[in-house]
Amino acid sequence: MTLAPRTALGRMPVIPGSFAYHRPTSIKEAVGLLARLGDDGRALAGGHSLIPMMKLRLATPANLVDLAAIAELKGVRSEGNDIVIGAMTTQHELAGSEQLNSKIPILRETSLQIADPQVRYVGTLGGNVANGDPGNDMPAVMMCLGATYHVMGKADERRVVAREFYHGAYFTALEAGDVLTAVRIPVPPAGHGYAYEKLKRKIGDYATAAAAVVLTVSGGKVSSCSIGLTNVAETPLWAEEAAKILVGSALDAATVKRAVAAAEAITAPAADARGPAHYRTKMAGVMLSRALARAKARARG
Amino acid sequence: MAKSQVSMTVNGKTIEALVEPRTLLIHFLRDQQSITGPHIGCETSHCGACTVDLDGKSVKSCTVFAVQANGADIRTIEGMANADGTLHALQEGFREMHGLQCGFCTPGMITRAYRLLQENKNPSEEEIRFGISGNLCRCTGYQNIVKAIQFAAAKLNGVAFQEAAE
Repeated sequence: MTLAPRTALGRMPVIPGSFAYHRPTSIKEAVGLLARLGDDGRALAGGHSLIPMMKLRLATPANLVDLAAIAELKGVRSEGNDIVIGAMTTQHELAGSEQLNSKIPILRETSLQIADPQVRYVGTLGGNVANGDPGNDMPAVMMCLGATYHVMGKADERRVVAREFYHGAYFTALEAGDVLTAVRIPVPPAGHGYAYEKLKRKIGDYATAAAAVVLTVSGGKVSSCSIGLTNVAETPLWAEEAAKILVGSALDAATVKRAVAAAEAITAPAADARGPAHYRTKMAGVMLSRALARAKARARG
Repeated sequence: MAKSQVSMTVNGKTIEALVEPRTLLIHFLRDQQSITGPHIGCETSHCGACTVDLDGKSVKSCTVFAVQANGADIRTIEGMANADGTLHALQEGFREMHGLQCGFCTPGMITRAYRLLQENKNPSEEEIRFGISGNLCRCTGYQNIVKAIQFAAAKLNGVAFQEAAE
């Protein structure tokens, strides 16, 4: 949720521009509609990013294609070692799913740090990852987990790995007419440690900085590690170098310090109401060291 | 822009109406249906004063289009009291515990707390505070709102309300 620019009248506009509303009942129908509408059409998931933008007239789509009535976009299923989550699964459903929480508990931990209860009832995983807003929390978690997005386009379905999906603020691998239909996550090994640490000014705020960690420990040493960072660059970041530094270590202070420095080095945050750039970079480092400590404490092995 | 036909149940009553797709649910309820219990606080999805219960979810009705609620079952503060006019346990709790001062946030607080207690019959103080974190109150400092919800939970569970020691 962005601070609103004021109009000449000194008031924030709150009435969206006019649009035609479409409510397809299949992915095929939705993709067909979006292909036909081109730049005049926008997909509507939970709407809790898009509708505020429309109220401010920062988004003025002539057509909204509501994905809410498409049953194929809902639900959670297991496929081999992967969990596949329908794009229209809400944050509330993610947080409440025992199946997910027993296998990929970082999802619940992250969901519960997004926005507030009302927003989580409506906001979706698909919307959160597809929007391309660097403030969204799930993209860095998906990079951390090595997730893959299922994308249905005009021609056929393709798969895009989360680590290659984000090109810039609001620029992603999605093309006009594409619908992100599902998120596929490889289940991390049983006994893995995890944490999502988010610094925010208040409930409902985007992160000043946040870090996602998933790691495994064997004989007291880190055997694998993956790190994602939220809202400290134009895109979410996968901190590959930082994670490499930690593998083989017992997360001793000197090694963590080197990894934190490597993670901080890839950040390029904007200065905004959440603080100047160098502060947000430092906070990314603090969030990372906290997440590492908590993940290690949770890991078995 | 062509209007859309919508049909929804609000507080047990079926409503059929024509709406512009861009009409937000809060404006539909207040301006077209004269259901003015849900309040407009910020209109920017922050304050929760417009919270209604929609198909078993607490939602901010300023961030939902009325067309999205087509077919939905909605409850607002107007639908909280019992059929015989006696207050719902939450309304009673807010009165007994002084859970409101100016009262502006109260309809949203109560509809949100209603869903919270549906999902968690005996929430801890921490769970209540987290559960109402999408509802802002500028008067009370929340302490008495928490007590009001604890009062209601105790009443709904048929146990005596014990105020925690200060």
